[in-house]
Amino acid sequence: MINLRYFAGLKEQTGVSEEQVDMAGHTVEELWQWATEKYPDFQSGAARLAVNEEYALPTDVLESGDIVAFIPPVSGG
Amino acid sequence: MKAFEIVTTAIEPQLYADYVLRPEAGAVTLFTGHVREWTKGVRTLHLSYEAYIPMAEKKLAQIGQEIEQRWEGTNVAIAHRIGELQISDIAVVIAVSSPHRKTAYEANEYAIERIKEIVPIWKKEIWEDGEEWIGNQKKKPEGGFA
Repeated sequence: MINLRYFAGLKEQTGVSEEQVDMAGHTVEELWQWATEKYPDFQSGAARLAVNEEYALPTDVLESGDIVAFIPPVSGG
Repeated sequence: MKAFEIVTTAIEPQLYADYVLRPEAGAVTLFTGHVREWTKGVRTLHLSYEAYIPMAEKKLAQIGQEIEQRWEGTNVAIAHRIGELQISDIAVVIAVSSPHRKTAYEANEYAIERIKEIVPIWKKEIWEDGEEWIGNQKKKPEGGFA
């Protein structure tokens, strides 16, 4: 299983901060497509994805146990 | 304290200045970012910051490493506060020491620019008549998905 984390505006759209999805072996891009089908508003949220606390590439392949975070545009400072 | 940390209570800037001070340093620049009441004519009541804490601390440390590699002899400490912040509270502190003044200024500004690019921290402005997560209206980030 892949562990998903949502933050800020995206968390308000999902209604949950975490969930799990059975997508080990799939790419980050495929996970993004899954997420935008389940949560269509994500398309306008311009999220980056992080796998295990590092920004990921669309072609990165997910492994069971990975933590994937949906990172909306950051605004610290 | 840690040299690169997310905190939930009031930031004491002197801790971070003291942390980077050492005999080789001829300059310490200390930047504090504060909660601003007015932004483009809209009055903020307070702010709420959220972070992906482990990744945010890792990215703050990465920024410190970038600086110490790019500007020889610098030392860096950064803290960002999350949770509910009131007007004039300190949201972020960046302390940089270096042998010479110019480097300390440059490196400090680099740090805040990088924080705004790569550190997963989000700010929500709460107004009298609404609220909004800041950042969604900006252009999409390079290398992003959406």
